[in-house]
Amino acid sequence: MESTAATTPLPLDIPLPLPADPILLQALLVVLFLWHILFVNLMVGGSLLTVVFELIGRRRPEFDALARATAGTVTVNKSLAVVLGVGPLLGLNVLYTVHFYSANALTGAAWISLVPLVTLAFLVTYAHKYSWDRLAGRKGLHLAIGMAGAAMFLAIPLIFLANINLMLFPARWLEVRGFASALALPNVWPRYLHFLAASVAVTGLFLLVYFLRPGGGVAASPSALDRLALRRLFYGIALGASALQLMFGPLVLITLPRPGLSWFLAGVIGVGVVLAIFALVLMWREIAAPRANATPRAAIVVALITATAFTMGYGRHVYRETALRDHRAQMAVHTRDTGWLAAAAQWREATGQGVAQVPLGQRIFESTCAACHGVDRVLVGPSLREIAGIYGGDPGGIAAWAADPGRKRPELPPMPAFRLGEEKLRAVADYMLQLGSGGSPAEDG
Amino acid sequence: MDFPIFHLDVFGNRLLIAAIASLHVVINHMLAVGAAPLIAFLEWRGYATGDERWDRLAYRLLFICFIVTTSLGALTGVGIWLSTSLVNPHAIGSLIRVFFWAWFSEWIVFVTEVALILIYTLSWRTDWARRHKRAHLGLGVALAVASWLTMAVIVAILGFQMDTGVWTVDPGFWTAVLNPLYLPQLFFRTPFALVAAGLFALAVTGRLTRGDPEFRGRAVRTISAWTLLFCVPWLAAAWGYWQAIPARMLDNVSTALTTLAFQQYLDPLRLLIGASLGAVVLACAWGVGAPRRLPSAVLVVPAVLAVWQLAYFERVREFIRKPDIVAAYMYSNALRPADYPLYAQDGLLAHATYASVRAVTGENRIQAGREVFRLACSRCHTTRGVNGIVAKLAGLYGPGAWDPAVLDTYLAGMHNARPFMPPLPGTATERAALADYLIALRHDPAGLDGAQTAGAAGSTR
Repeated sequence: MESTAATTPLPLDIPLPLPADPILLQALLVVLFLWHILFVNLMVGGSLLTVVFELIGRRRPEFDALARATAGTVTVNKSLAVVLGVGPLLGLNVLYTVHFYSANALTGAAWISLVPLVTLAFLVTYAHKYSWDRLAGRKGLHLAIGMAGAAMFLAIPLIFLANINLMLFPARWLEVRGFASALALPNVWPRYLHFLAASVAVTGLFLLVYFLRPGGGVAASPSALDRLALRRLFYGIALGASALQLMFGPLVLITLPRPGLSWFLAGVIGVGVVLAIFALVLMWREIAAPRANATPRAAIVVALITATAFTMGYGRHVYRETALRDHRAQMAVHTRDTGWLAAAAQWREATGQGVAQVPLGQRIFESTCAACHGVDRVLVGPSLREIAGIYGGDPGGIAAWAADPGRKRPELPPMPAFRLGEEKLRAVADYMLQLGSGGSPAEDG
Repeated sequence: MDFPIFHLDVFGNRLLIAAIASLHVVINHMLAVGAAPLIAFLEWRGYATGDERWDRLAYRLLFICFIVTTSLGALTGVGIWLSTSLVNPHAIGSLIRVFFWAWFSEWIVFVTEVALILIYTLSWRTDWARRHKRAHLGLGVALAVASWLTMAVIVAILGFQMDTGVWTVDPGFWTAVLNPLYLPQLFFRTPFALVAAGLFALAVTGRLTRGDPEFRGRAVRTISAWTLLFCVPWLAAAWGYWQAIPARMLDNVSTALTTLAFQQYLDPLRLLIGASLGAVVLACAWGVGAPRRLPSAVLVVPAVLAVWQLAYFERVREFIRKPDIVAAYMYSNALRPADYPLYAQDGLLAHATYASVRAVTGENRIQAGREVFRLACSRCHTTRGVNGIVAKLAGLYGPGAWDPAVLDTYLAGMHNARPFMPPLPGTATERAALADYLIALRHDPAGLDGAQTAGAAGSTR
């Protein structure tokens, strides 16, 4: 593998052990991420298809009913997308702490805007779903609400993608100036297109199974469209979007930066492609067949696509591990060495150079009081000269005041309380009186 | 030190987290943890009495909770994570290493909670729920349990940040979870949530039942009684929690309550807190005694007070744990006390992954001082925004010229004068450079850019 360039930052890792075997954590991450991305696909694809169906519905009312039923699935799927995202996010955070958080910071404004953006997208989606009847007479407005929601759902994944991509390339971190420049790194846009096509394809299959499930009967189907037509429609959507991947997939592969590529990765992706082609052929034949049910064949298509998703999800992980391997190894060495250095410095400090010799009262005064109290002049609080004038011969008075100060001088900031204990307060008070009355502090012990 | 430094120079990094987290706590306690049992109780009331109006009221309350918790509530929860990982990645990264399995099990419960609230809400008006009311009620009870469990896990981590207990000598998952503040805080938050939810329900019920004065009276009385019931353990647990807080933190309480600038208002503020608690209890007692004479506008007041109390409680909790972000392990500036000797020996700049200079020289003093500020101060301070350093120093040293030697002395000992501040890390040379930078900053209109705009390397501004 290529050695990392001199401009690559080499941070320390978190000096705490991982909470479990990394292989277990990686397996969790891959599996949990697939669950999450399934519902993200259904959320994004669902909101897009809802708008498209509603648009068609302006001429053909049966599509409006279809749009409404689809919208009903989005509000559920979007909630699951968020909660199911927390698990893989946790895995990513614990396994790739430094790489992920560095990418987050570099795109910080966009990253934190996820919170208001997703919240707003969800609220707009609720507004769209729950105003279907009320805005029936103002379809343009209703559609605009739906489109606003879909537009936000289109923007959100881009922020995640930019981060997931940026974390893989520490050699580029010093060049990045915000989210826009992170988007300009190779591979972000091809991956985005690949994701969008997958979202539409997965949603097409989901709607097929959901609306035409056996036992659901025609009553469960959303509109006056007959089952045959629905079947063609959903298979058509899934097939069309999947076919696009024949173009986007290779584009993603070509634009992947070199360091993460390997023959093993090619093998994993290759298996996925073969499975996907089987699914494409099967869908093509199903569209032509005059069957009204989803039929067991749909289960085979879903199984093939699921298996494809697993190979792609695993391939994604293999790429990440390979791309980060060298940098992480260097980080581990650097972290270990710095840990030794810190421990040595701590030991030197503990075994006592530096402190000691200076008397207690002087030490406390210089570290605690001198920033506000000068000898001859007012810095923040009164000078020692003045204090000695007030408390001459009464160090206990200074100690009592310092432990629980009131406020005598409205023109100066209030003094914070110093509960250092009687012994230390007395020592510092003695020292202050000596200094303030012009005496030599040397005799203080 | 090891992450590109995200920084908000106007709004302030602390306020970003505070805004998101307070919003989350208010929604979580008021509309989820506390609300779920109340809604299930009201639904049961309708089932037991055969009076449909209870059922309708319960559903309308739930619908509000459903919309808010599944959008703003869920997203601010994730937002706490996103914002803390921007502002203090080292701290949250460390906490995740220690508490991974706690967070993981919390996540499982969280998924369950969301699934339950979806099913509970969306099935309420179906034929199935009408025919199987008891099963539907069971969903409500399960939702209440799941909501409470998510809180019960997270509180372990919050307690750990304040008092790591024996973990520093005996590091392990369970010594971390069972830290000294865990149970006292959990006992306090549970009735707090129940009370807050009761007050929210009262505020809304006044409006939802306007057209039916007879039922409005009954609903207000029932919810007031429910709330009053939990006021007792709430106030008792508050006392218990106070007893459990380590003494060193109690010294911070006055600043936590008032901020340094308003410390002279401490007594009036204590009075205000007492009065707001009294007002809550009084309003509930009024609701029980004479519910029909309680105007809807008055019903809103205790709910507003509860929002303030919840947010304020979090502010105080977050403040008194200072100067640590993880007690006895890491300061709130994201540096570990264990590394301080190394920084004192070699310099902070020498060990920073991202800094535009590596050492202080005669020519780069201001720039080096800025880098020290970025590394050691910028997690809490802005230049001129919220908690801005220029204003803080002007408050100390006034409008005249600032003496670099005096500033340097202050920086060396400020953690003694301000016990909530961590000591300044690094060498004396770096400290002097920081003092020079702070004096220059006073007349320099440029602030400090974060990595999100200026990049990781530290800009020249």
